[in-house]
Amino acid sequence: MELFTFYVLAGVTVLASLGVVSSRVPMHSVMLLIVSFGALAGLYVMLDAPFTAVTQIIVYAGAIMVLFLFVVMLLNQHREDEPEAMPASLLRRNLRAGVLLSVLLAIEVAWGLSRVGVTTFGTDPGDVSSISSVAHIGMALFTTHAFAFEVTSVLILVSMVGAVVIARREP
Amino acid sequence: MPTLNHFLILSGVLFSIGTAGVFLRRNLITILLSIEIMLNAVNITFVAVGRYLGTVDGQIITFFVMTVAAAEAAVGLALVISLFRHRETLSPDAFTSLKW
Repeated sequence: MELFTFYVLAGVTVLASLGVVSSRVPMHSVMLLIVSFGALAGLYVMLDAPFTAVTQIIVYAGAIMVLFLFVVMLLNQHREDEPEAMPASLLRRNLRAGVLLSVLLAIEVAWGLSRVGVTTFGTDPGDVSSISSVAHIGMALFTTHAFAFEVTSVLILVSMVGAVVIARREP
Repeated sequence: MPTLNHFLILSGVLFSIGTAGVFLRRNLITILLSIEIMLNAVNITFVAVGRYLGTVDGQIITFFVMTVAAAEAAVGLALVISLFRHRETLSPDAFTSLKW
């Protein structure tokens, strides 16, 4: 039953992602990516990470995708103006690089998986509840990872100022 | 019951889809969306391995990745808006002035 749920969610994620990459209308791409993120949130729930799943919905599907939607509507490009007018030489070069990268990735994944073998998740209830507890996440975030947390706030400040400066209309 | 391998393979497939999008599409917004797909593929690896090892560290790294993704999206989209103002197009082939 759980395996069935996994395959449904993973299938939705992969198909929606393929749609994002292949759709010619930017608006459809953004909508399909939201579908993909929703299914990914379901997978996080299956991994006993409900807080991450909620964050995924709120931050990714809520905030970041709204930002993308704003820009798509602002630029008002209903379709790509040139129908994938990639020169044949560039397409061939990109395909060669892509095939090389994907073969390398497949070899790496196969090597890694053959090293670890089939690994099942632990089912100890105490273990699972400590992973999915928001209190544990908060403790680790504000003690062990407190420095990274503070640096993140600087990063967000910098990116906010940068976005305002870059997108400003020149006087 | 799905195993860790299921999640790692799913993550690899998603990452490949995102990479293919970056390489094959000629639209700046779609390229940024493909980067988001790749970031999410990495996120699912972090959460799955964290679950396998029994620590919350995987989820915490995922939060940081989400923050970086938000910052990257904000700056990237600001660049896209700025570029669109100059050239009225979203094709990356139009912005090759810095190409050697």
